[in-house]
Amino acid sequence: MDAIILQILNGLDKGSAYALIALGLTLIFGTLGVVNFAHGALFMIGAFCAVTLSRILTLSHTVVDETKTDFLGNPLKVDVPYIYDIFGQTTGDAIIDWAVPISILFAIPVMVAIGFIMERGLIKHFYKRPHADQILVTFGLAIVLQEIIKYFYGANPIPTPAPDAFRGSFDFGAMLGFDPNTIIYPYWRLVYFAFSALIIGAVFAFLQFTTFGMVVRAGMADRETVGLLGINIDKRFTIMFGIAAAVAGLAGVMYAPINSPNYHMGMDFLVLSFVVVVVGGMGSLSGAVLAGFLLGILESFASMAIVLETLPGINQIIIYLVAIIILLTRPRGLMGRKGVMEE
Amino acid sequence: MSNSKLTRRGLIKTGAVAGAAGLTLPTYLRADGHAGYLNAPQGDTVTLGFNVPQSGPYADEGADELRAYELAVEHLNGTGADNGMLETFSSDALQGNGILGKKVVYVTGDTQTKSDAARASAKSMIEKDGAIMITGGSSSGVAVAVQALCQEAGVIFMAGLTHSNDTTGKDKRANGFRHFFNSYMSGAALAPVLQNAYGSDRKAYHLTADYNWGYTTEEAVRSSTEAMGWETVNAVKTPLTQTDFSSYIAPVLQSGADVLVLNHYGGNMVNSLTNAVQFGLRDKLVNDKNFEIVVPLYSRLMAKGAGANVKGIFGSTNWHWSLTDEGSKAFVKSFGTKYGFPPSQAAHTCYVQALLYADACERAGTFNPCGVVEALEGFEFDGMGNGPTLYRADDHQCFKDVLVVKGKENPTSEFDLLEIVEVTPVEQVTYAPDHPQVAGGSLGTCNPGA
Repeated sequence: MDAIILQILNGLDKGSAYALIALGLTLIFGTLGVVNFAHGALFMIGAFCAVTLSRILTLSHTVVDETKTDFLGNPLKVDVPYIYDIFGQTTGDAIIDWAVPISILFAIPVMVAIGFIMERGLIKHFYKRPHADQILVTFGLAIVLQEIIKYFYGANPIPTPAPDAFRGSFDFGAMLGFDPNTIIYPYWRLVYFAFSALIIGAVFAFLQFTTFGMVVRAGMADRETVGLLGINIDKRFTIMFGIAAAVAGLAGVMYAPINSPNYHMGMDFLVLSFVVVVVGGMGSLSGAVLAGFLLGILESFASMAIVLETLPGINQIIIYLVAIIILLTRPRGLMGRKGVMEE
Repeated sequence: MSNSKLTRRGLIKTGAVAGAAGLTLPTYLRADGHAGYLNAPQGDTVTLGFNVPQSGPYADEGADELRAYELAVEHLNGTGADNGMLETFSSDALQGNGILGKKVVYVTGDTQTKSDAARASAKSMIEKDGAIMITGGSSSGVAVAVQALCQEAGVIFMAGLTHSNDTTGKDKRANGFRHFFNSYMSGAALAPVLQNAYGSDRKAYHLTADYNWGYTTEEAVRSSTEAMGWETVNAVKTPLTQTDFSSYIAPVLQSGADVLVLNHYGGNMVNSLTNAVQFGLRDKLVNDKNFEIVVPLYSRLMAKGAGANVKGIFGSTNWHWSLTDEGSKAFVKSFGTKYGFPPSQAAHTCYVQALLYADACERAGTFNPCGVVEALEGFEFDGMGNGPTLYRADDHQCFKDVLVVKGKENPTSEFDLLEIVEVTPVEQVTYAPDHPQVAGGSLGTCNPGA
């Protein structure tokens, strides 16, 4: 029982990342009809927003410490962050420690701007082109973006820790009456799950309860009719692209402490996220979220030692296996709508 | 860099004609029997092929390897700011005037850390650029693949960073040589240190990367630790493409284990270690003992990726810039002065391999691969940063001291991440050529390619 609870918990945070990326993918597909293979790169760029802000906060001047030597035997050059000069060391350290949460504020305008530039500069030229063309151009864009990041940040992962207050893990087992240490779960992953739920809720509320969201939903259902009413739906869809980019970026920012960001982390998520979108149903926002959590949890269960002993290698194919079964039994996915991607 | 226009066929013909005419191609012992050899240097240059990961996840390690090779070429040609390890190398065959009087030039290939891409780039360097020796790499899969290609083609392969037992075990080749240590040596070096630090009554849980290197490392560490009394409670294979290891790490505590061994390298190691620390494993008390984590193969570049998570964690390494022997100091000074930071273990092994190859050619008096093989087999040397070292003839594996290191608690810089806790003497990590962990395969005979 404790093992099952543990894997459900594990699946929740994995599913959170899948759901957030798939949510953005679905938003873009549902509004603009574009299959955006560069969406994983937006997740990666979000994580690098956290890295960038950490580096900005630790911008330093050099002080020579004559009492110590470097690896060549010269006096040691010690980097002192400018932030110490401004706020003092204690406050400076606290700000640096909270770099990742602070990065949320930094990432939102950056990601929205990147989304705008991507959509206006490149993707809008492919609206009327076949999906294969869209996939090719966005996949190419993803490679360009990750190579740019590699050029500036290198190929190695860059540690981007969570604030000290969220390091360590919470003992769910002790709380639920199991033996201590049987169900432990890192604090930051709980934060990630809560944050994802908040973002998903905010996106749904925005679409459901605002006039802007109502128009967008109307446009998703019947773009031409909304246009005939004199509403500039293209402009709103461009804004939605920016919002989808921001959602992917925020997912990346908060994921940075879970796994050190590297330039190809977007690709690691991309294919799985597309499977999530297809399983959830193309164009279905709630389907994307549901499938994200479902597949995340299934992936966790498939990684259990007892499962692997019985079915070796199942952990590597479980998501695709489930996708095949669901698409065979429900060709439109779990919550797919009739007519989407069926022409 | 060299971009020879000669074709492979042209070069073979040239070599054959030169041999048949009894021209002055230098020969050495067994190489006498060969009329010629592939890519015999023409003119006053000799071309080496540096096959390193220039793209993909190990690109930073590849960049460091390339820096080391460039430094080695400068030292071999006598054009560097100093002579690096040429000053400390026990052999005095190298004079800083190239190799056998020919200026060293080089071409580079990108392995991408993929076996097929690495073979393609090596093949291109051999056939199009006339490379007479291929060296480099950051993966055992790549090393085994390129080594086999070099054997078939008839050029020497001086392996870069490859740690699997198989490279000089079941997949060994006569034309291939490895200076880097291997999984067996890591296990043999680590076990006594772990016993001293954590005792003999421990329960270990292994997470193992699901590929060749992972298997040999798990086997080596398991057998070494079980021999000193540890029990292995579980060993789980993890996909090489895995990025989030939470679902593999979460059940560790439920298993009753009090040590987690991460048989991972590169991005796998960074992520699995980060995840394990996030789960607070090192803060737990299990079986009335502190829970511990072990990383059998450490790399400074990878440790940097894991950040503060490496603190206090044991592992092994082939070399470290903080060593104080004259060879290490000379190399660190050359590299650090040129590039502004200390070299990695990958850079060190590549630099040493380039010098060892050049030295072997000089001692053999020929570039003929069979002559080079003869000169390297059983070669004993010192002054290259690892103490007295033997290139064993039986399997072309270097035998030397192995370093056991620990993540430093209070690093003074971004390079100061590991501290050496023990230099394990070579006798402790030496094994018989037919040891079960390396058994199988055969060197075969050297192939000069013509």
